[in-house]
Amino acid sequence: MKKKIWTKKLAVGVLLACMALVTGCGGGKEKKDSDTIQMTNVSYDPTREFYASYNKIFADYYKEKTGKKVEITQSHGGSGSQARSVLEGNEADVVTLALAHDITLIEDQGLIEEGWLDEFESNSSPYTSTIVFLVRKGNEKGIQDWEDLTKSGVDVITPDPKSSGGACWNFLAAWEYADRKFAGDEAKIKEFVGDLYKNVLVMDSGARGSTTTFVENGQGDVLIAWENEALLTLKEYPDDYELVTPSVSIKAEPSVAIVDENANKNGNQEVAKEYLQYLYSDEAQKLIGENFYRPINQEILKTFGETFDLSVELCTIDDFGGWDQAYEDYFADDKIFDEIYSK
Amino acid sequence: MERKGRDGRSPEKGAGSGADAVRKVSGQHRQEGIVPVLLIVVGILFFLLMLVFPLVEVIYRSLKDGLASYLNAVTAENTIAALKVTLIAAVIALAVNTFFGLCASWLVTKFEFPGKHVLSVLIDIPFSISPVIAGLAYIMTFGRMGWATPIVEKINQWLGTDISLVFSIPGVVLATIFVTFPFVSRELIPVMQAQGSREEEAAVMLGARGFTIFRKVTFPHIKWALLYGIILCAARAFGEFGAVYAVSKARGKTFTLPLEIDALYMAGSADAITQAFAVSSLLVVLAILILILKQIVEYCGKDGR
Amino acid sequence: MKKRQRRTRRATVIPGFGLTLGIVVAMLSLLILIPLASILAYSFRMSPGEFWELVTRPNVLQAFATSIGCALVAAVVNCVFGLILAWILVRYDFFGKRLIDAMIELPFALPTAVAGITLSRMYSDQGVMGKFLGRLGIEASYTKVGIVIALIFVGIPFVVRAIQPVLEKLPQEYEEAGMMLGASPFYVFRRVLLPELMPPLLTGFGLALARGIGEYGSVIYISGNSEREGTQVVSYVIMQKLNSGSVDYEGAAAIALVLLLISFFLLFLITVNQIAAGRRAK
Repeated sequence: MKKKIWTKKLAVGVLLACMALVTGCGGGKEKKDSDTIQMTNVSYDPTREFYASYNKIFADYYKEKTGKKVEITQSHGGSGSQARSVLEGNEADVVTLALAHDITLIEDQGLIEEGWLDEFESNSSPYTSTIVFLVRKGNEKGIQDWEDLTKSGVDVITPDPKSSGGACWNFLAAWEYADRKFAGDEAKIKEFVGDLYKNVLVMDSGARGSTTTFVENGQGDVLIAWENEALLTLKEYPDDYELVTPSVSIKAEPSVAIVDENANKNGNQEVAKEYLQYLYSDEAQKLIGENFYRPINQEILKTFGETFDLSVELCTIDDFGGWDQAYEDYFADDKIFDEIYSK
Repeated sequence: MERKGRDGRSPEKGAGSGADAVRKVSGQHRQEGIVPVLLIVVGILFFLLMLVFPLVEVIYRSLKDGLASYLNAVTAENTIAALKVTLIAAVIALAVNTFFGLCASWLVTKFEFPGKHVLSVLIDIPFSISPVIAGLAYIMTFGRMGWATPIVEKINQWLGTDISLVFSIPGVVLATIFVTFPFVSRELIPVMQAQGSREEEAAVMLGARGFTIFRKVTFPHIKWALLYGIILCAARAFGEFGAVYAVSKARGKTFTLPLEIDALYMAGSADAITQAFAVSSLLVVLAILILILKQIVEYCGKDGR
Repeated sequence: MKKRQRRTRRATVIPGFGLTLGIVVAMLSLLILIPLASILAYSFRMSPGEFWELVTRPNVLQAFATSIGCALVAAVVNCVFGLILAWILVRYDFFGKRLIDAMIELPFALPTAVAGITLSRMYSDQGVMGKFLGRLGIEASYTKVGIVIALIFVGIPFVVRAIQPVLEKLPQEYEEAGMMLGASPFYVFRRVLLPELMPPLLTGFGLALARGIGEYGSVIYISGNSEREGTQVVSYVIMQKLNSGSVDYEGAAAIALVLLLISFFLLFLITVNQIAAGRRAK
């Protein structure tokens, strides 16, 4: 019997040893500087450059206003997986994601209080974008509109709507075009969008992956992309690509929200609110335009008239009954996307 | 993976003893003829194609924009931070896995008990598990909605600390431990099995006690295998992506080098992609250093007996 | 009590049984088994009917077929070339041998994402290898061929390192005796060497297979992840369940559980194989 006690003691000892090891390295890292406010912004992939600049101007602004220093930790990744990480314990004070649906997921778990969509101006989207085409210089396949993407011999690159929020916008923009073209005849719309997705050569797991496949690995004739991504690529490789704006597209509204539970716990509610509110200031709106997102401020948007094609007809997610409805109708298992894609 | 015995000499390295001399001659004899040449050519071709080419590609692309931008990328703040996290995670994982590996191999090789084979299968699990599952498992256990979180919080309260086991350095460490868990024990078990228990039994008869037996009798036999296991473990710890990715989201704080590479690559700009390859080349260099070290260890191990 | 103890474990004078058993079981449970049990717990939140419906969905079945199929092909290729590599490393002497020996484990150390990104570019029709294969009429990146290539890359060390030590211990006189008796090299290989090398070869095969079935990082960049082309692997489908609009933990856990069971089964076979080989050697 003595042996058994031995074993138990040891098990406890090992438990403690492991804990000690883990805490030993964790303890040192968690130290907080009391003068500096630490805040975390969980965002999605293409906003890296924008928030890197924005965090600087916000820190200056906040210092001037309150005398306190603020340090912002950024986290980027696919919008869906970022939202999930917040559910799993990633202590975001604010989230700035690609679509409202991802934020609703966090709300459903009680981390964000109801009514966040109206907390800030224009559905809590300080910037918008739209879906455009990026083609190789010369546009050999003559791609002008959604119609051309369904032609045989055109290779399309777009991410998988079942694993990327951004890709849902692409799908819905194509759907809207077909909807107008066939005046709501659902069978024809499905066939049209089905033909388009038959032309998809590589379906990456996320929007950035698709851009890389198109640009770095040279796959496909046309990339269906967010306007900001396309403009960024154009800036990097002005001689290699052209941007084509379709006649109809969708207004992509990335949403922002305070993650109340974390912000309250970290005592960051006030700074978080200030952080998101400041996105609507003139300085921030200008920065937004410079980073190829469309500013919500119409005056400032006009000053970027050369960058953005403002003539494109845009539908919004409300035409699809809001995100939660759209998700249920189109992207849930065995719904429209599965139906037309796996046919 | 498992090297069943460190003592097996390859014929051409052997020298001295008569049997080795015979082998050496016959070895040379065998190398004449078409078959060996063919095999060597095929082997080398495969090696070049599958292992060297990707490596060359990484290094070539990392130097595409010149040495200055390479150095810039390698010394960037985020890279240094990621290097630190990688090293911390690797060192702790090494310590834990070495401790575990020694205990496990002692247990499995010196004793017979029911369930031994089941135990050795369980120890090997992380070898064959998808990193995606490893990450998922930790999130489901220690994440915000994981069932172990209240327990961790209680312990935190009790200790007066604020430690989170996911999205933090401890999370990264745990994930790294998971994927490298069986590396040391897998190296030790075959060697200790081959060694048998007779020497230890003799030591007990002579009155030696537990830890002394290990230190004086067992350790000298296994030290090279142990070092080899540790080195492999380090190599794997540096390179782990999938499992760590699930529990680490803050760049510059909890990112390891592989995550930093992914972040750079996904940043989209052409410069960042070159930087991604530059940081990758850092890992490649680290890996090659480790593998060279491994080779030296192996060599010493062979000569050492 | 004493009698029972003798039956359960061989009487030995060596100390430390309780100690090491305690440590091993505690650490194993804490670090490995408890987290894995969570996956089991999560997938049990589904009813058996739902579970069955999910894991037999066409895209899930297809993903399993792709993962297992590609991993099998890659493991077979690795067995052939792994055997050749191990053979030339042990039996022959040639320039650069040390270097090759040192670099066999590179795929362990290179982050899978780096490997995946690099391979996908090299084997796309714009890359060096892709252009070459393209001329032969083979598309590599974004097809199953690409998946197999990535899995060959991650699996090769398992096979080489399983065979090498056994081959080192195998006396060369063995084959030579056969040769002197006038047997053809192929006959000697089949009748003399292969039986000896079969157990380690199977171990290496099993490990490479198990690793390949679950592989994620190196595969997703090169596979193209197309449901229609059948290039989604199981790990990708798990991630899809997690990252899609409806974070589906139960679904992800259910698929993960099936994958885990496959891993267990393979590891079990490997262990049985090793025990059998050990017995034969004695």
